[in-house]
Amino acid sequence: MSPGESGDPHEDNQIGQQDPGSKAANPERHDGERPRDGAIRAVPGTEGQASASATTRRTGGGGRGTRGPGRKGGGRRRKGRAEELMVPDATFTSYYGRQVVKPTPWESDIPFYLFAGGLAGGSSLLGMGADLTGRPHLRRNARITATVALSASMLALVHDLGRPTKFYNMLRVFKPTSPMSVGTWVLTAYAPGNVVAGASEVARLLDVQRFLPTRLKFLSGLLDWAARPGGIEAALLAPAVASYTAVLLTDTSTPAWHEAHRELPFVFVGSAAAASGGLGMVTAPLAETGPARMLAVIGATVELVVEHQMEKSMGFTAGALHEGTPGKLMRASKILTAVGGASALLLGRRHRAFAVASGLALVAGSVCTRFGVFEAGQESARDPKYTVVPQRERLNARRAAEAAGQDPGATPTSVRPGPPADDLQTTSPTAEHTTQENTA
Amino acid sequence: MSLLTNLKPFARRLDPRRGSDQAFTSVEPGGPAVRAGWGEEPPPRKGFFTDTSICIGCKACEVACKEWNGVPQDGIFELLGSSYDNTGALGASTWRHVEFIEQRKPLGGQTTGVTIGVPETAVGAGVQLPDSGAGSFGATASSFGSVGSFDTIPGPVSGPDHSGIDLFGSLKPEPVRQPEPVKAGTPMVDLGMPSFDLPSASPDAGERTEFRWLMASNVCKHCTNAGCLDVCPTGALFRTEFGTVVVQDDVCNGCGYCVAGCPFGVIDRRIGDKNQPKDAIANKNAGIAQKCTLCYDRLGEGLTPACAQACPTQSIQFGDVDELRERANVRLADLQAAGVAGAQLYAEDPDGGVGGAGAFFLLLDEPEVYGFPPDPIVTTADLPRMWKNAGFAALGLAAAVTTAFVGGRR
Repeated sequence: MSPGESGDPHEDNQIGQQDPGSKAANPERHDGERPRDGAIRAVPGTEGQASASATTRRTGGGGRGTRGPGRKGGGRRRKGRAEELMVPDATFTSYYGRQVVKPTPWESDIPFYLFAGGLAGGSSLLGMGADLTGRPHLRRNARITATVALSASMLALVHDLGRPTKFYNMLRVFKPTSPMSVGTWVLTAYAPGNVVAGASEVARLLDVQRFLPTRLKFLSGLLDWAARPGGIEAALLAPAVASYTAVLLTDTSTPAWHEAHRELPFVFVGSAAAASGGLGMVTAPLAETGPARMLAVIGATVELVVEHQMEKSMGFTAGALHEGTPGKLMRASKILTAVGGASALLLGRRHRAFAVASGLALVAGSVCTRFGVFEAGQESARDPKYTVVPQRERLNARRAAEAAGQDPGATPTSVRPGPPADDLQTTSPTAEHTTQENTA
Repeated sequence: MSLLTNLKPFARRLDPRRGSDQAFTSVEPGGPAVRAGWGEEPPPRKGFFTDTSICIGCKACEVACKEWNGVPQDGIFELLGSSYDNTGALGASTWRHVEFIEQRKPLGGQTTGVTIGVPETAVGAGVQLPDSGAGSFGATASSFGSVGSFDTIPGPVSGPDHSGIDLFGSLKPEPVRQPEPVKAGTPMVDLGMPSFDLPSASPDAGERTEFRWLMASNVCKHCTNAGCLDVCPTGALFRTEFGTVVVQDDVCNGCGYCVAGCPFGVIDRRIGDKNQPKDAIANKNAGIAQKCTLCYDRLGEGLTPACAQACPTQSIQFGDVDELRERANVRLADLQAAGVAGAQLYAEDPDGGVGGAGAFFLLLDEPEVYGFPPDPIVTTADLPRMWKNAGFAALGLAAAVTTAFVGGRR
């Protein structure tokens, strides 16, 4: 078959795809998913034969079936739709609608960790700033927040493993090609200073010194002395803690994560700043929350702006951020972050109640961002269209370029899967995305 | 001499095909094993060439793999409703997976070309299946080499002489049975095997419709630039001296990162069965990542991997990757010359997104028809750029906090 024929659905018709029995076996797939697919449709029937388990997983959200017709309401939705219309009408073939790449076996531990890690990183920075500028309450609460968030995130990380008792194997190598390995070492370096700073605050809060035997009272003094260097050490590594998680997600074959690799770090640090600033506003008295407020506003702004940019540059895969559960989470995240950021800016210093409310909204927005991005990736891995359609476009474009004379001797039917990544920038239809890096 | 060897890595770095962003991925002359530190002269790189055009979907490879590697059952017995494929996909407990695709497409220039019960030397007098286009057999079979030759079946053997016995004789449709046995003087013996007509032999067979089966045995690709290997944070995944990628099950802690790292969706974390005792086979290596090892244990003993050993048509061919590539290209050229539309090699190109895989395929349709990604790339190729962006983001966060404390002092 010549490449030109590949898009013709009649050419690609497969017997089993037209079997009414198999469609009946998976009615929800058709009722729930077909209308929503819009411009992108699988070659007739291929999706209808998705395995029962895959179908259940994919349609699992329940509310997803209602998305199609209601698409036009609401400003944000319209934006999403406009982006989808920019994608040319495409068909794709798949093997009985089964996923091509595998979703990670990660569960809610990981998005929680993404949130808690960001919160810890931002809070460490807030804590150091408060320490150096003499804001005792903000310092205390930020340090404790950082320590609690770090501990919770470490527990989530270990709990997420298939063999939690072997977590220490992470520490037997250092691999720059593995963001998880790098992240493990960054966390390992970040934790001690963080814990020392947090522990000194807790010890002071509980007035541990009173209960210590006289011989051991020096320990309390030592802890107090070590708090500042510890806090500074943690704060130096905190930005890395907050941003490496984006690389953790984007260095995967999960389409919606990998396609976001240019902007996701900025979205994640924005989210971390918004969450930690927000929690600072909640916990510290009004007189000391100025910097927390400002950090929260900066973070919320960056998150919203770059997230918008990210959706544009992701092209077709951005669809995963708009649909189903991830779509709801991302919309909630935008609303909460926007409302929280605006009210922090305008009302945050008027009254403690406003500060607390907007701070909580920002924290909730950050949670929604992390879970939304995570779930969007999982969804994009489960649905073969997010893997096949962009890759098919890339391949067809390259074949067309070859046919146009760049290399006329090449056999057109021989799949040459993927040039080195650098070549992609010149031939891929998504080339404009790759050149936009660092614009944020 | 030592100067030369010392210069080699430097020369590789000068390879014009590699930009600075390609630091983590490359195609190097010595192959992946050299890059992984197995010295300058490791054993030849081993791999599979899976020629799906001669796969008969018997699933012997799936079974042989499970048996040799002690891979537990994958899920409960469920019928997926996808032709004869009830396995579904590659996974932690499925290291070989036979796919079945039913298509409304003509066979193209393919013919069965099988002669039954007749020595190769007697092809002219042999029985051709009624619908097969005579003559094309030579064109396609010649490329098989040892693969497609049927002349060994009735050949001379030591011990009792069964050469006159036509084992397949009972399978032959009555009308076309040859009046003369192959070797004059030796009577045919009917072994009483159950017999049936060939599909097209019955009078109401009707017109030949446009229909073809595609069958393909999927497996781990053992990529030159392996995403799973790159992202593994424990070193549990490693590159063997044969250039293959293997999980060490005593090191893996089940983080699951390799699952998302693989562009082909091969590797997965084994779930196990909570209803079984902990030491039951069903729970063997539960919670950690598992995939095809290319039978690393057999390779070390000079043996062929179980799936290739069991494949009755040599659709799965095992050998040195260099030689397999040549074989694959010859076979592709033959099929294209024979008019088989859509024949293409997959994952073979050393300049491809994964640097050429150790296991590659000859497909008869576009990759996505088989559930393969059409244009897979190893995401680690973009990693330097990603780290750079993360670095900028981190600096941005530090700057934001500084601004907040310096500028926001209220």
